[in-house]
Amino acid sequence: MKKETWKELTIGTINLEAGNSVQNLTGTWRSGHKPEFIEEHCIQCFFCWLYCPHFAILVEGDEVKGIDYDYCTGCGMCAEECPSKEKSIVMVKEEVKLAEGGTE
Amino acid sequence: MAKLKDLAKMEDRLVAGHGMCLGCGIPLIFKVVLRATEDPLVIANATGCLEVCTTIFPRTAWNVTWVHSAFENAASTIAGVEAMYKALKRRGKIPKDKTIKFLGTGGDGGTYDIGLQALSGTMERGHDVVYLCYDNNAYANTGGQRSSATPLGASATTSPAGTQSPGKLQWRKDLTKILTAHNIPYVAQASPTRWQDLYNKAKKAFEVEGPAFLNVLCLCPTEWKYEESKGVELAKIAVDTCVWPLYEVENGKYKLNYKPKEKKSILEWIKPQGRFRHLFREEYAWVLEEFQKKVDEEWEELQRLSSL
Repeated sequence: MKKETWKELTIGTINLEAGNSVQNLTGTWRSGHKPEFIEEHCIQCFFCWLYCPHFAILVEGDEVKGIDYDYCTGCGMCAEECPSKEKSIVMVKEEVKLAEGGTE
Repeated sequence: MAKLKDLAKMEDRLVAGHGMCLGCGIPLIFKVVLRATEDPLVIANATGCLEVCTTIFPRTAWNVTWVHSAFENAASTIAGVEAMYKALKRRGKIPKDKTIKFLGTGGDGGTYDIGLQALSGTMERGHDVVYLCYDNNAYANTGGQRSSATPLGASATTSPAGTQSPGKLQWRKDLTKILTAHNIPYVAQASPTRWQDLYNKAKKAFEVEGPAFLNVLCLCPTEWKYEESKGVELAKIAVDTCVWPLYEVENGKYKLNYKPKEKKSILEWIKPQGRFRHLFREEYAWVLEEFQKKVDEEWEELQRLSSL
């Protein structure tokens, strides 16, 4: 990323690009474990959506569709709170890989 | 009654890519609260975890107008914005039928301690703002110093537990009560894991004319030292042990929103948390007794007040 100098920065360092933090891929923090979504067990209660601190639950229309691994940090709250009879989210081992970093 | 499915369809006002910890409780609170109003929103944020993690320069996780000025003055900042809004409306520069909502927010450090006088002033002057405190019981952003919200017997970096001390020696300050004493229209205490209750309270707070205050318990795996995936369960235990009762005070009238079927022992709250680990040593048994006694007293008092 090219660093801007005071000449280019907005006065008061105002950030005019709302929500541009989506460029930070917090999924690169994940180490060892990731949640896996099993659609056929899902009762669409949306608790995983509610309890995900990193906004990593993919929702399309009325349904939870899976997990956004770009942002999932693997905290495991979604799997822990999944109330369906057979869990629709389970934590699985993930091969540890070096972070790929943002797309800049 | 709101459904989670419908809430999920609304636009996120706080988005992904923020730098908060694994299992952090702050996004759980804001995910619900920011959906409790559909009006445009301006937020003033005190220094703290939320502020630091959402606005790592040159990025921001906010989709709404957001301002940070200093640690102590989030409440004054939002009061100023609200006063300007009223003035511009009076002069016709903002259309009469346009409504904007104002939210001040800070952690327990920025609210219970450092921002208390600014908050008190804003509430006393009667600005039409909501102030939300996310109370995670410590200065978590700077490494876990004690705050006046830290519970008795918790080990913090400035009140460490050891052979000479059981951690923090004082009982926590009851901020919700202090705000109730300001005689403002709406004060409430909530928890993110009873989301329906939190949503209703946030909605009331935004709708009420005049100042409103929400005190919300916030999970903090980093400072409470528990396994992060177990957070939701822990927050439920906080409510069921009456360590964090859910209630609201509307125009001076107390109302208890949740009464546990069976009040659990505080040990269920204390055991999973590393910050209380030392309390199970023989010499600190008195702390556990004192803790339970205080919780019981406060619960009795709250029941008495809400039956008036």
